[in-house]
Amino acid sequence: MFEILEKKSLNPTVTLMRIYAPKVARKAEPGQFIILRTDSEGERIPLTVADYDRESGSVTIIFQIVGATTEKLNHLNEGDCLQDFVGPLGRATETEGLKKVAVVGGGVGCAIAYPVAKKLHELGVEVHSVVGFRNKDLVILEDEFKAASSKFVLMSDDGTAGEKGLVTDALKKLIESGEKYDRVITIGPLIMMKFVCQLTKQYEIPTVASMNPIMIDGTGMCGGCRLTVGGQTKFACVDGPEFDGHLIDFDEAMARGAMYRDFERKAHDDACNLFKGVE
Amino acid sequence: MPNMSLKRNEMPVQAPDVRNKNFKEVALGYTEEQAIDEAKRCLNCKNKPCSTGCPVQIDIPAFIAQVAQGNFAEAYKIITKSSSLPAVCGRVCPQETQCESKCVRGVKGEPVAIGRLERFVADWHNSQPETTVEKPVSNGHKVAIIGSGPSGLACAGDLAKKGYDVTVFEALHIAGGVLSYGIPEFRLPKSIVQKEIEGLKALGVKVETNTVVGKTISIDELMQEEGFESVFIGSGAGLPRFMNIKGENLNGVYSANEFLTRINLMKAYKDGSSTPIKAGTKAVIVGGGNVAMDAARCAKRLGADVTIVYRRTEKELPARAEEVEHAMEEGIEFKFLTNPTEITSTDKGWVKGVICQQMKLSEPDASGRAKPVPIDGAFFEIEADCVIMSIGTSPNPLIKSTTEGLDTQKWGGIIADDNGLTSKTGVYAGGDAVTGAATVILAMGAGKKAAAAMDEYIQNK
Repeated sequence: MFEILEKKSLNPTVTLMRIYAPKVARKAEPGQFIILRTDSEGERIPLTVADYDRESGSVTIIFQIVGATTEKLNHLNEGDCLQDFVGPLGRATETEGLKKVAVVGGGVGCAIAYPVAKKLHELGVEVHSVVGFRNKDLVILEDEFKAASSKFVLMSDDGTAGEKGLVTDALKKLIESGEKYDRVITIGPLIMMKFVCQLTKQYEIPTVASMNPIMIDGTGMCGGCRLTVGGQTKFACVDGPEFDGHLIDFDEAMARGAMYRDFERKAHDDACNLFKGVE
Repeated sequence: MPNMSLKRNEMPVQAPDVRNKNFKEVALGYTEEQAIDEAKRCLNCKNKPCSTGCPVQIDIPAFIAQVAQGNFAEAYKIITKSSSLPAVCGRVCPQETQCESKCVRGVKGEPVAIGRLERFVADWHNSQPETTVEKPVSNGHKVAIIGSGPSGLACAGDLAKKGYDVTVFEALHIAGGVLSYGIPEFRLPKSIVQKEIEGLKALGVKVETNTVVGKTISIDELMQEEGFESVFIGSGAGLPRFMNIKGENLNGVYSANEFLTRINLMKAYKDGSSTPIKAGTKAVIVGGGNVAMDAARCAKRLGADVTIVYRRTEKELPARAEEVEHAMEEGIEFKFLTNPTEITSTDKGWVKGVICQQMKLSEPDASGRAKPVPIDGAFFEIEADCVIMSIGTSPNPLIKSTTEGLDTQKWGGIIADDNGLTSKTGVYAGGDAVTGAATVILAMGAGKKAAAAMDEYIQNK
């Protein structure tokens, strides 16, 4: 069984868990993801690998409590077990030949951006990290990013942490100041990634965006995670999750992400009510 | 005296307007009396033409003779000598093109209902108190099976009976492959699939779910690090095809795989399921195979008005006649000679309709069927809020792309000889992963053949 070895709240809506899953830990690389189920009746949800430790056989996931399943997941504690935990799925982040990279993360997406920054840093790549949050209460992994980056810029929507503004403002400033990146890697809300990609396109900087669409099996079987990249249909689970950000149809991806919003809202409310009853 | 009735015994079914609102099994199975009466229609032909039509060569007249005498346990023994999954095959085999097509009684009148009898015998066996299965004596050799669908289960069963230490690796959280995620409950109850798998476990077969071979572990690692002496690849044909027409990524468009997986594997049809599904109010299913019928009948049960569009005519439908008939009885509309060219959108990115082109048949194509050609300018739109693409599947490339030295066809099928041997020593393959999408029984047959070859390979090593 997949035991929860450690649970830590990173901010009021984001939780870190370290899960015992030696087979996954043995193979996991930054950029890949896992699929889990909390219980035998649960849905399958994909979460990106935030960290792994091959020796202790553990995989770290970081999730935002947004729906019924993440709500249920957040109610599990150290010592509890997950029903299912499968992976690592998808392709790992490509790091070959990179010398200087800007990693741009937004919100809980920073949890996925961090292991990429860390891996690049370990490979001797010069990493500049630009991370954005709505306000200071939501900031996660600040120290970790600092340790993995030669330059670190923190942005917040309301100015309560770091500078006030969007990650695109900060990235633009860096580029304008003469920083030459051979790649930008962006992970965060679709709308943020869309604007990051629009910006880097102007400067012709190759950009990779990590997609996290709705999926079921994660092995190429259902096609639920499909998206359009350069006019072609791709499956995020096997062809991605990282794609050329300048070719992704973000508007379509945003529409697809909203496909079950009414269902999800109701399921989340039901789950919250259930836990209210328990507590 | 044989029963000389020209007509076979009808199998009781749920009434169409009742069953199209529930997910319970449609066909209810013979009673003992019906089974014995039907079995008596068999002439017990010496040359057994029916058995030659069976991909796994069940001794059909022999088991039917036992049914006729009420010796159901004996009948079960005879079937399971050749078939590992009788309760499954009795339900989903296309008997009308296999065993029953060769039945002498079919020359004048209806053939003996072999499939229904097989199902009866298997269900009778499953309803008996559990008998303890004796685990075969171990021969100390380890083999791995990739995929727990029909070919993998058949291969696992045969090898376990020979004393092999068998481990089946499954990517999903439940074993059964297409039997679990693809074929709906109303055609193949999942309790039956699980019962068959429990039977294999009783023989000592280990099933490791949540293991994606190619990702979690590679075939080379299984053989070099984990000590498996031979591997069988039964990973199926799970990659859905799309038409590559405009609007295919709109909200409300599913592959049949996704639609059926949500329903069958994730139980999205049940109230309170944590997995959502949207069959809409007007669903259009594209395709004419068994999977299209399954998707259509599921959508109907979820409350949608359902139309199947198919580019040829009723005569060319690749689905089993019985499935088509059941779908029609349940109120599903068919539009033949109809080919989608575009899916239209609401301003919110949801499906609004399907633009189709009228087709006509011309000369036979490579498949031997009349080729559908479009009629210029003959377009019309069908209103829809859900579209399910059911135009076939290809082998999943995951294993090919992660296994060095494994040769595949251009279209992705693994290349294997008649015994399932691939281009890699000790590695065998069978089922849809080799042939492309086919039937449960053909996959089972391939699994059994490979099991025999793997046994020979290991014993002669």
